[in-house]
Amino acid sequence: MSDLNAVTTAEAPATDAGKPRGLAGDAWLDLRSRKVFWIAAALVVVVLLMAAWPSLFTSADPGDCLLARKNAGASGGAIFGYDFQGCDVYAKTVYGARDSVVVAIAATLIAGVIGLFVGLAAGYAGGWIDALLSRFIDVMLGVPFLLGAIVLAKRLSSDPESNGVVAVILTLGVLGWTAAARVMRSAVISAKNQDYVAAARMLGAGPGRLMFRHILPNSISPFIVVLTILLGVNIAGEATLSYLGVGLKGDAVSWGLAIAETGPYARTAAAPLVWPSVFLAATVLAFIMLGDAVRDAFDPKLR
Amino acid sequence: MFRYIVRRLLQMVLTFFGATFVVHALMFAYVDDPFQALVGDRPLTDSQRTALNARYHLDEGFFAQYWHYLKGLLTGDFGQSLTGRPIGDMLAQAWPVTIRLALLAIVIAAVIAIGAGVLSGIRRGGAFDTVTLVLTLIVLSMPIVVLAPLAQLIFGIQLGWFPPTAGRDANLYQLLLPALVLGSLVIATELRVTRTSVAENLRADYVRTARAKGLAPRRVIGVHVLRNSLIPVITLIGVDIGVLMSGAIVTEGVFNIPGVGFNLFRGVRTEDGPVVVGFVSILVIVFLVVNLIVDLLYAALDPRIRYE
Repeated sequence: MSDLNAVTTAEAPATDAGKPRGLAGDAWLDLRSRKVFWIAAALVVVVLLMAAWPSLFTSADPGDCLLARKNAGASGGAIFGYDFQGCDVYAKTVYGARDSVVVAIAATLIAGVIGLFVGLAAGYAGGWIDALLSRFIDVMLGVPFLLGAIVLAKRLSSDPESNGVVAVILTLGVLGWTAAARVMRSAVISAKNQDYVAAARMLGAGPGRLMFRHILPNSISPFIVVLTILLGVNIAGEATLSYLGVGLKGDAVSWGLAIAETGPYARTAAAPLVWPSVFLAATVLAFIMLGDAVRDAFDPKLR
Repeated sequence: MFRYIVRRLLQMVLTFFGATFVVHALMFAYVDDPFQALVGDRPLTDSQRTALNARYHLDEGFFAQYWHYLKGLLTGDFGQSLTGRPIGDMLAQAWPVTIRLALLAIVIAAVIAIGAGVLSGIRRGGAFDTVTLVLTLIVLSMPIVVLAPLAQLIFGIQLGWFPPTAGRDANLYQLLLPALVLGSLVIATELRVTRTSVAENLRADYVRTARAKGLAPRRVIGVHVLRNSLIPVITLIGVDIGVLMSGAIVTEGVFNIPGVGFNLFRGVRTEDGPVVVGFVSILVIVFLVVNLIVDLLYAALDPRIRYE
């Protein structure tokens, strides 16, 4: 990623001849000119800010609920009104970003690490290691994601004291790495047969150096695209598990929990259901668009 | 073809043992004292412990328990719910409801996806194409937990176009909204695959030949292009079944349809472990069988697959 920084700081225009650019530099130049990328990036930044400093967006406390305000309409600071327990819907939605985003990022990191090493090992080693790991991935894909997640999340969240954050992170991370590993494996296989790898091997580079200095940087981009989209998928996954009652609970505040709690009261007050849904969908959309834009930028065939 | 079928069947056996093993490992993980977990906070006497062990084999090792679980699955004995109902009976009642819902969802999704996909594939970059791409992006970004309650709220309650819930003997009209919600999970990917594959096939040599022969455009697209473009869409159906199963859990819960997903939903909510594991195991097996059938169908349609 050092290429990427070099280009941004130097502000090199696309026509600047003579200065070699890496794939990342090319991709960044391509990304800069895309409207979709900037819209998605802006949305992601807003959501991240919301997760890190929710008090920037609201001064209300999401735990400040008064039954007297039950289902009351919008007023003053509470621009989305109040829910069935008299909590400020806007404050709850803003504060809900944190658990949703933390769960998604941590789960994606776990899935990314597992996927990276499994994919790298399978692709680089080949032979029986590849056969074994690929079979294992096939077996994991034989269990539809949500079905496995329900069973695992239910087991992990048996502790009544916890608010379920760790359980959901582990569930999504442990079950979500297969796509990333597959993509990594095929990228490594096509990279390891390139001439520069053979050249590095002839110069005496060991397997560790070959893998991490030569093959990895040249096969990582499709993997990053998959992880970006996985962030969105994990946000949706957390919401689904929380909705089913095996996800976050207790003092956690998340969009999925809000949808599950307010759904039954939608007939009398729609806003408490609608707003968390809108925020959730917009965040997932932002990550999908970001992934699409990065894929288009990194895929030379489409240029 | 015969060799392909044999190889695929052997793979299926391996995946069956692997997938059931994964499910078993997932439910086995992380329990300090399974006996205590079963009875809750009450103290547990030794005789209760012996009785529970006789029924659930909890004292035995991991692999011995896996063997009992597998034996149950293969002999059709899926155990009992915590309320004492045989899970096989619950399943027999729930299947017809879910199959009707899923079939309706698959048909709706396929008709819309293939129709719109062919149209936008023919006129790539046109207004219709752009609008469909944006729409699929929006549908893709709506998880089922957002889509189902919102659709129920907007079309069921506020606009009143559809009944907001459907019961056991729901008619086609009552099932339409849940089926639309469920189908929309797979519409976007099916549409995009159809579109890409139509656009690719339009440039193929055999299409040029067909045009050069003077065939009507309707026949070129309707017969020559469509037949070859639908092959990748069919493989998608196998994956889609898994998505539909996951979606059915939430959809049936929201719309109160007493199918397989609803039972699983209620099992999760009421912490009924045997129901959850029983239904999940059955759904996993159905998923594997459907994927096997789809793969065989794929090989029958596309000879290149058989000789890889």
